[in-house]
Amino acid sequence: MEDFKITPIRNGTVIDHITAGQALNVLKILNVNENTINSTISVAMHVRSQKGYMWKDIIKIEDRELDPKTLDQIALLAPNATIAIIRDFYVAEKYKVKLYDRVFGLARCSNPDCITNKGEPVETEFIVTSRDPPALRCAYCDRMLTNISDNLI
Amino acid sequence: MDHREFYDKDIVSIRDLTREQIELILDLSEEMIPYARGEKKTHTLDGRILGNLFFEPSTRTRLSFESAAHRLGADVIDVSQMSMTSIAKGETLADTIRMVDTYCDVIVLRHPHEGAARLAAKFSENPVINAGDGAGSHPTQTLLDLFTMRREKGSLDGLNIVLVGDLKYGRTVHSLADALTMFGAKLTFVAPESLQMPADIMEHLKAKGCNPVQTDDLESTIADADVLYVTRIQRERFPDPAEYSKVAGTYRIDNAMLREARNDAIVMHPLPRIDEIAPEVDGTEHAKYFEQAFNGIPVRMALLCSILGGEI
Ligand SMILES: Nc1ncnc2c1ncn2[C@@H]1O[C@H](COP(=O)(O)OP(=O)(O)OP(=O)(O)O)[C@@H](O)[C@H]1O
Ligand SMILES: [Mg+2]
Ligand SMILES: [Zn+2]
Repeated sequence: MEDFKITPIRNGTVIDHITAGQALNVLKILNVNENTINSTISVAMHVRSQKGYMWKDIIKIEDRELDPKTLDQIALLAPNATIAIIRDFYVAEKYKVKLYDRVFGLARCSNPDCITNKGEPVETEFIVTSRDPPALRCAYCDRMLTNISDNLI
Repeated sequence: MDHREFYDKDIVSIRDLTREQIELILDLSEEMIPYARGEKKTHTLDGRILGNLFFEPSTRTRLSFESAAHRLGADVIDVSQMSMTSIAKGETLADTIRMVDTYCDVIVLRHPHEGAARLAAKFSENPVINAGDGAGSHPTQTLLDLFTMRREKGSLDGLNIVLVGDLKYGRTVHSLADALTMFGAKLTFVAPESLQMPADIMEHLKAKGCNPVQTDDLESTIADADVLYVTRIQRERFPDPAEYSKVAGTYRIDNAMLREARNDAIVMHPLPRIDEIAPEVDGTEHAKYFEQAFNGIPVRMALLCSILGGEI
């Protein structure tokens, strides 16, 4: 295990290998603020990854496991993130988030004139045009999503 | 592979088509010319109905589809009034499309919002042709532009194509630039800085291996041009009328300027023009914008014929 910059947790989720600089955006996805949480969250920003040549961020959340939509949204900001479910201090499950070739209903189009922003009965749809860092093109209006983090829904 | 592969297909964005598919359409368009001129007759689309659904006025595009359909023996209904009632009643485009879909065999849609045609295609059983969606794409305009260049110059490969005017908001130039990269054309973008090609489109073109030159100096590009594709600069884009006049004057093509051009250089314009091309140019060999407008008919005939399973 890595050197512990943060206290071990008994139960919860560790999001590791977050693209450096994205921790705060990932926290936004987790929708954590004073009114929504009743457990401890630790964030480590800009730590060396084990491989030693890259920086990364880490988030540890006690007493919470993440739903699939949240994981898919994390993949849009941090495509290499790993999720470790901690039970009784041990890693009970571990997997990578998955960035699909097309994503549905995870973000709104940043183009205000896009038909998907006009109250039509459709889910947004984006084509992943590059993966690290991820870039998304709207399948409706063909425009690139300009700021993924600000447009997650 | 022949044009039958388009049977029942939507035409939403030029990006959906490969170079081979575009060439198929252009080849068939060539065959359509005598029919488009009324020199030959066909009833291959007898009994089929085209529905024109225009949420924005665009008389030329609408009539050109109408003419194309009639030349193939198809009937046309204008369901654009549906757009008034649906907007008034706050109906979604999805619902309007589901209704219109029951009235016709192919829907031709013009809509103010980008991506509207893609959405329509999802909700319609019958094929949808995008006749322009906001600042988004306008694939039939692109096809007729390509067709015009190919007819006039023989091939698109390696042509020096200069796009002039409003490259930022002009929907036609975005899809045209995109398509031209597929054909190995060399592109130059001439516009004042505030109206240059948007960054995301530049990026996309570069990713496709094209490296367009951007400049605000029209005169410097004339001598090498095979095609001067001129678009209108809209007054509304300039808060300051004096600034508009200055820009509009700078990007005006006249005979004096064309003296620098190659003898076989052609001037194109999607029309309507205001002052971008002096009327004196009309009589020269360079002027191809009226042929270009006519070419909308055979190209739209080729599309309708393929999509609806006609044969000529
Ligand atoms: N009890 C715990 N409390 C807090 N964090 C933990 C706990 N157990 C493991 N972790 C963290 O969970 C993540 C996954 O644990 P694991 O033991 O798989 O790490 P690893 O061997 O470094 O894996 P990787 O190759 O993904 O970096 C690591 O960031 C680790 O520091
Ligand atoms: Mg590690
Ligand atoms: Zn969009």
